[in-house]
Amino acid sequence: VLFLHDLDYLNRTDYAFIQSLSERWRVAAPSHPGFGNAPLPEDFDSIEDLAYFYLDFLREHGPLHLVGAGFGGWIAAEVAIRCTHLIRSLILVDSLGIKVSDRTTSDIGDLFVVSPRELLEMCWHDVEIGEREMALPSPQHDEAELVQLLTGRRTAALMGWNPFMHDPKLLRRLARVDVPSLVVWGASDGLVTPAYGRAFAAAIPGARFAEIGAAGHYPYLEQPAAFVDVVRNFLSEVP
Amino acid sequence: VKAYFFTEMPYPYVPEEVERALGSSRILVPNSYCDPVEMAELYNQYLDLYEYADDLGLDLMLNEHHETMTCLNSAISVTAGALARRTSGANIVLLGTPLPHRDNPVRVAEEIAILDCISRGRIISGFVRGVPTEIHPSNTNPVLNRARFEEAHDLVIKAWTTPGPFDWEGRFWNYRYVNPWPRPYQQPHPPIWITGSSPDNVPWVADRGYVFATFLTPYDWTSSLIDIYKRRCAEQGLPAPGPDRFAYLGMCYTAETDAQAQAEGEQLLWYLRRVRHPRFNAPPGYVSPLAQARSILGAAGKGYADSYETLQEKGIVMVGSPDTMIERIRTLYERCGVGHLLMMNHAGGMPAHQVRKSLELFAREVYPAVRELGATESQRAEQSVGLRSL
Repeated sequence: VLFLHDLDYLNRTDYAFIQSLSERWRVAAPSHPGFGNAPLPEDFDSIEDLAYFYLDFLREHGPLHLVGAGFGGWIAAEVAIRCTHLIRSLILVDSLGIKVSDRTTSDIGDLFVVSPRELLEMCWHDVEIGEREMALPSPQHDEAELVQLLTGRRTAALMGWNPFMHDPKLLRRLARVDVPSLVVWGASDGLVTPAYGRAFAAAIPGARFAEIGAAGHYPYLEQPAAFVDVVRNFLSEVP
Repeated sequence: VKAYFFTEMPYPYVPEEVERALGSSRILVPNSYCDPVEMAELYNQYLDLYEYADDLGLDLMLNEHHETMTCLNSAISVTAGALARRTSGANIVLLGTPLPHRDNPVRVAEEIAILDCISRGRIISGFVRGVPTEIHPSNTNPVLNRARFEEAHDLVIKAWTTPGPFDWEGRFWNYRYVNPWPRPYQQPHPPIWITGSSPDNVPWVADRGYVFATFLTPYDWTSSLIDIYKRRCAEQGLPAPGPDRFAYLGMCYTAETDAQAQAEGEQLLWYLRRVRHPRFNAPPGYVSPLAQARSILGAAGKGYADSYETLQEKGIVMVGSPDTMIERIRTLYERCGVGHLLMMNHAGGMPAHQVRKSLELFAREVYPAVRELGATESQRAEQSVGLRSL
């Protein structure tokens, strides 16, 4: 299993969902280039640069199950529309990346502009869990950790500022995905709503959609047990 | 020290509770609060003030911002065009054209060349990155802001100096035929000014011999940036820059007496006291992650929230009788060595008759005493350039 992480997230391996999945599968959860301490190659400036980076990774380590969350979900989708030969299945979790509504309606919350409090309320069913788990750039982090988080935001902005966190052609190209696919969504996600998640699932041939209750944008952190159940059930049926 | 009149062309009629409720004086305040009939009055009043400053023998400075009540000059070439025709002696500093936010740098080269021709060579072309709050109105990538600035700058300069047509296949812009008509009146091109408030871009400016301008920075901050410029010149084997290579923008108001200047000049603080838009002030990647981390952890800002007295101690606000103003400008010159003083001599709802009175007093009683400050030193620096080239 290759897990592609989201924004505002400290890429730790001791999260419960990673531990649980590791009991059954070998899990790789790398930091994307330009996130955390991973350097961003000089000429990387678009989501497709990350897609090709992971296509190279697949060539070396595939075939595997590809899981992407949030911004990482967008990368995973961009990987899958290019080539699925080394992808056994695709799981998108509260993913960014598509444009659904009309041209005067944004689908994705303005995560760089809203206040930390508003972002927590947008992204978590239980804001208290969010305060503990969400890695927002605030003074409670030390300088080194802040630099890591801000580096990730910088890279996400570099690749997803305009159009905002989506690729206008992705929705149509999702029709190319020809591996078993699951779209998982936190029922209380206010950054990208479950309706947006359903549009994602509808665009991928044969994709299933699963909603996780009492969870927001990070269901794997807010309801790890329920999240792992959904993923495990899906993966156990993948040939 | 050369003096320039500047107003940001504010719209002072938005009720304060509106911006407080929205938490911002920029971007979020609905434009339904801006009455075009009032704006017609204001634009004409502001342009009249510029023309009056020209009559008094002052130079002029314009700037550009977007989606903000603090500055309704959202198209600097348009107002510069109005002034190019209606003024006769003044240099007109565009400070500046926000290069990273413009879609077409060749069009920028054309606009400024037209202005330079109409004014018969009175244009000073400032280029700016745009403050962070400019990112959202143009929706250009904050991470690429500096890279776009540099490529647009290179293309504009080449468009002015290389006979066209030529090809440009850059990172952000591609053209098969760059060949703008007209060329600038000043050859090879108008003087270039660049703004900055951190050490980041100072070497880039120094290497090109451009004028470096800081806005509303305290004395020590200003002089430390100027020192970086001078050190860079020394390191690169460039001639020592004279005061005419440095500009400072301060809030200025001259009145008959100190007491009157203190009372009337306090209106300038309208600009500093607007609600500061924290949400729009730190777009990701506009500054380095390290610089942003340090500002989250509480690094000091420019101090716009300081008291009226502190702002005066720092040199950001200069108000007083003519004698006091002479003293203040001498202090600025002695502490920082700047040869251009950009006077924000109007803000908020300050009535036009007060601005006129202040400018008139300045021109008659202050300017003659400070005008020559630094002039000889600049000439000396110019001569040493000449000697070196011999």
